[in-house]
Amino acid sequence: MAAPHRQSRPSNALFAAPYLVVFVALLVVPLCWGVYLSLQKADLFGLYGYTGWTNYARVLGDALFWQAVRNTVVFVAVTVPVLVAIGLFLGLALNARTRGAAFMRGVYFSSTVLSVTIVTLIWRFVFIPGDGLLSLAFEAMGWPPIGFLSTQGWSLFSVGVATVWWCLGLPMILILAALQQIPGDLYEAAALDNASRWRTFTRVTLPQIRNTLILVATIQIVMQFQLFGQAQLMTNGGPNGTSRPMVLYIYRAAFENWDVGQGAAASELLFLIILVAAMGQFWITNRGNKA
Amino acid sequence: MSASIDIHHLTKRFGALTVLDDISLAIEDGEFVVFLGPSGCGKSTLLRMIAGLEAVNEGEIALGGRRIDTLPPGERGVAMVFQSYALYPHMTVRQNMAFGLENVGTPRDEIARRTDAAAKVLEIDHLLERKPQMLSGGQRQRVAIGRAIVKEPRAFLFDEPLSNLDAALRGRTRLELAQLHQRLGTTMIFVTHDQVEAMTLADRIVVMHDRRIEQIGTPMEIYQRPATKFVAGFVGAPAMSMLPLSGVTRGPLGARLEVAGVGHIDSAVTLPEGFATQGASIGIRAEDTRPDAGADTGADRGTGAGPDMNTGSNTGSGPNTGPGSLPLTVDVIERLGDRTLLHGHLPDGTVLVAQDTGRSQVAPGQVVPVGVDPHAVHVFDAAGRAHHAGEVR
Ligand SMILES: Nc1ncnc2c1ncn2[C@@H]1O[C@H](COP(=O)(O)OP(=O)(O)OP(=O)(O)O)[C@@H](O)[C@H]1O
Ligand SMILES: [Mg+2]
Repeated sequence: MAAPHRQSRPSNALFAAPYLVVFVALLVVPLCWGVYLSLQKADLFGLYGYTGWTNYARVLGDALFWQAVRNTVVFVAVTVPVLVAIGLFLGLALNARTRGAAFMRGVYFSSTVLSVTIVTLIWRFVFIPGDGLLSLAFEAMGWPPIGFLSTQGWSLFSVGVATVWWCLGLPMILILAALQQIPGDLYEAAALDNASRWRTFTRVTLPQIRNTLILVATIQIVMQFQLFGQAQLMTNGGPNGTSRPMVLYIYRAAFENWDVGQGAAASELLFLIILVAAMGQFWITNRGNKA
Repeated sequence: MSASIDIHHLTKRFGALTVLDDISLAIEDGEFVVFLGPSGCGKSTLLRMIAGLEAVNEGEIALGGRRIDTLPPGERGVAMVFQSYALYPHMTVRQNMAFGLENVGTPRDEIARRTDAAAKVLEIDHLLERKPQMLSGGQRQRVAIGRAIVKEPRAFLFDEPLSNLDAALRGRTRLELAQLHQRLGTTMIFVTHDQVEAMTLADRIVVMHDRRIEQIGTPMEIYQRPATKFVAGFVGAPAMSMLPLSGVTRGPLGARLEVAGVGHIDSAVTLPEGFATQGASIGIRAEDTRPDAGADTGADRGTGAGPDMNTGSNTGSGPNTGPGSLPLTVDVIERLGDRTLLHGHLPDGTVLVAQDTGRSQVAPGQVVPVGVDPHAVHVFDAAGRAHHAGEVR
């Protein structure tokens, strides 16, 4: 007697079990644990009892926290559009079936596989005062030197440049893939319709890759809010915390000041901000779609 | 508005592969020309060269006397309907149709006027605000045609626009295209590998094969006086039967064509002196045969008994019957309602398709003497060149 083809059996759940175990262990547990911690008075040695919203109140009352929020928002607001724009530009430029284009794609993508340590090392060579590439160039031109890593404003800018260089590969590859999905006959129809290059770009290409651009922007918003390694290694948040992102603030609170409860509370706030930013971006772009 | 198209010594290569070799063709103003040929013969390539979507390697294309092969596609004054329709997916039907006009700065009210007029003619006026993915295949096809019409081009180019439609819709759209051409009177080029489309739509058919044009002619010329063996075999369903020619003697009307091991066929074809039978063949269409299945079917055909049946036949030009007829062993019987096709073979193994009436009583395995209309016999020499009745070449 054969069992019906699509019968659902409890044993089927076994196939999903490995993923579920990992998902619960690495995502659900830490998330709940974080919420729990943020409501406790806690340091690296243990928990000292429930304190309610005290940790949140302390974080929200901390001027350094708000400085970090401002730094991070500015950083995201600048790097994400730049990443999408350069990714789009490179995608368009390298959307050809030539060997040269294939090679250049590889070159631009290669930075993505580097670790953050290597990336910061490379960019420190560029930005460091004295014998960095830029300061040598400024010297050769006879311009006054700029402390790229130690001047307010320039330090966050330098972190941004390194980040864009490091993260560019993914937007470029996703946009390239979307561009290659566009049927060629649409361009032929546009050519017969006398469309200029600009009109073809805005009326044929852009609408066709719109969803990919939204996806790329969302991924980058989530990723860039979590800026940490480059900032810590290049500027260590300085000067005066003007390049300190939220994750660095959290790290300071939890692992340098040993106030795990406050760090956890700041983490939950970061989580909320990312959620709101990603959903807000999604909502705005989708509303534009209907209009 | 409409214009003639002149193609001079056009050659197209893709790398080392020559796809079109020295093509010359003159299309008159207002003519409906169909490019017909087997898959891969270069029909689309030729059309796309006229549209400007493929570069020209050698030769010239002129539209209305003006050379266009160096102009970008949009400036040539042609409109094209793609096999895939190539509608802009994120634009409404109205925007799809208006896009080309907006690009050349046509005034808004003029765009609206033309779009509405075209939509009305094509019966898509209730779909104007929809996007293409909300349309059926047939509706999309109309939008694609509408997008071409509003541009008021000097020539329309169609690349197999009906091939994605079901049979019924294809038939209807074919008719509507013919009406559209009558109404607009604009030059149209239509690519297809469907010979029914070609026969019904074309003023003239251009049969293409193996990088070149095999024949240019009206549908009737192409069908009744195919210039080459390829055209004869390609046009018409079922395909023309080909018999090996083994010898030629003088017959009562023209050449008497010998088929080794089978017999002979009396034809009205006049062959030139010293015609080489080596490699030559005889072409016979099914409808030009007269199978004599016996008294029951023979009665309504008025068959005689002599070798030359031009007299006393109700078809006007009587078939070869009796001693001069071909003994066909019937293998398969294909009933089409109004007529019956007898697929069989001759004693030498050559396959032949004969056509009987719809009420044919012939059974598989039966041997039927088949007569042939002497005026409808075609002879092809070894190079494939055709000889028909009533002309000397
Ligand atoms: N871009 C290209 N690169 C190389 N070869 C090509 C290209 N486009 C077409 N060809 C070749 O040119 C020949 C003619 O192609 P074309 O598309 O014109 O055929 P077609 O007559 O339209 O056939 P179909 O009826 O199948 O559409 C084919 O052998 C094809 O392989
Ligand atoms: Mg084709």
